[in-house]
Amino acid sequence: MRTEHVITAKGFCRADIETVLDRAAALEAAETSAIDRHPDAVLALLFFEPSTRTRMSFDTAIKRLGGTSIEMGSVEGSSIAKGESLADTVRVVAGYADAIVLRHPSQGAAKMASEFVDVPVINAGDGAGHHPTQTLLDLYTIRKHVGLDDLTIGIMGDLKYGRTVHSLAIALTQFEATQHFISPESLAIPAGVRYDLEEAGASITDHRTLLDILPELDLLYVTRIQRERFPDESEYRAVAGEYGIDLDTLASAADHLRIMHPLPRVDEIDPAVDETDHAIYFEQAHNGIPVRMALLDQVL
Amino acid sequence: MSDADNHQLRVSKIRNGTVIDHLTAGQALNVLAILGIDGSSGDTVSVGMNVPSDRLGAKDILKVEGRELTAAEVDVLSLIAPDATINIVREYDVIDKHRVERTDEVTGVLTCPNPPCITNGDEPVRTRFQVLDAGVRCVYCGTIVHEDLATLINT
Ligand SMILES: [Zn+2]
Repeated sequence: MRTEHVITAKGFCRADIETVLDRAAALEAAETSAIDRHPDAVLALLFFEPSTRTRMSFDTAIKRLGGTSIEMGSVEGSSIAKGESLADTVRVVAGYADAIVLRHPSQGAAKMASEFVDVPVINAGDGAGHHPTQTLLDLYTIRKHVGLDDLTIGIMGDLKYGRTVHSLAIALTQFEATQHFISPESLAIPAGVRYDLEEAGASITDHRTLLDILPELDLLYVTRIQRERFPDESEYRAVAGEYGIDLDTLASAADHLRIMHPLPRVDEIDPAVDETDHAIYFEQAHNGIPVRMALLDQVL
Repeated sequence: MSDADNHQLRVSKIRNGTVIDHLTAGQALNVLAILGIDGSSGDTVSVGMNVPSDRLGAKDILKVEGRELTAAEVDVLSLIAPDATINIVREYDVIDKHRVERTDEVTGVLTCPNPPCITNGDEPVRTRFQVLDAGVRCVYCGTIVHEDLATLINT
């Protein structure tokens, strides 16, 4: 059997996505535990970059399926600090585990790792590249709260380095969503992702300000603009302020507008928005567990 | 004789080797760089640049004594000089003449220009680029390069 890697959202077709989402829904609704699904499974969590929620949700997901996880501990005390290549690390770890979850600062790291091992490699973020499991939980959340058919979505913030955005935009082409990208010019969708979107025949439009398009949106996906993308604090403040939302911003939004965010947020969404029906970002975060359980259940 | 003929660079025939004709004007030195030809072998190398051409307007041409091209070399040639023709010469006769062919993928010859790409890390992996209608794309990080491909050639 061919090893099933999860590297980018480009590998997902609509049927694959729906299979995982259906399985996630069944797991979420189940009254009985899934603890006997994979009692012998060992999942390796290789995180070369800090992560709280992605790592914890994979850890929880494998444990709820009855399996266990292994981690490499801090990079400082490990063989990586001694200069071991990623290729060597994954080849060794593949002997210990039934699947590898990898987060790494280099774009293409998961793709390369998958070429060296026979166990499934799941990309949990490769630099400014992709984050396909976040996309699955995003799609699950969209399907549950908004619906994936005839979706008009605005994606706002750092679209250049935002890997969750790259994977989401590509996956949404499978559902023929109308996509509006809202960002400063310096943080627009990169050429490589745009190429894939155009090749998939996506309906995409770029905007510099949210208010141009806000009234038409069913869903607004907000991402964090990071301080380190700007040469100085004042420029960052100005841009971050322009791409944040509060109750005043939402005055022209449709009542049915829903707002998502991959979290953590800094100040791009005012906490006052949390109390409105628009906010679904905490439900979104919770959906990481059933979706990652469904994905692991499929690849293990 | 026309004026153009008078001023055209004349290069002598070669006995055994390769004539690479119809190169995109300006690419001759890049092609020599790809092929690692610097004249140090002592074999004759003739370079014609901006030679008038009916088909291309202006072209470059290379005549390399004692050297034939590998498949990987021809792949890269097809990227930077898609109209090139390759003539294999033995005993002053052209025994084989063909145009370069587009390939789908180029392996191990180009360097990815995206610094955080895994192929630029210290990993045992060769670069791979998918060939697009215009340019090439890194299979690992997705970066697309449209221009100045010659600057990405590993040396
Ligand atoms: Zn690359």
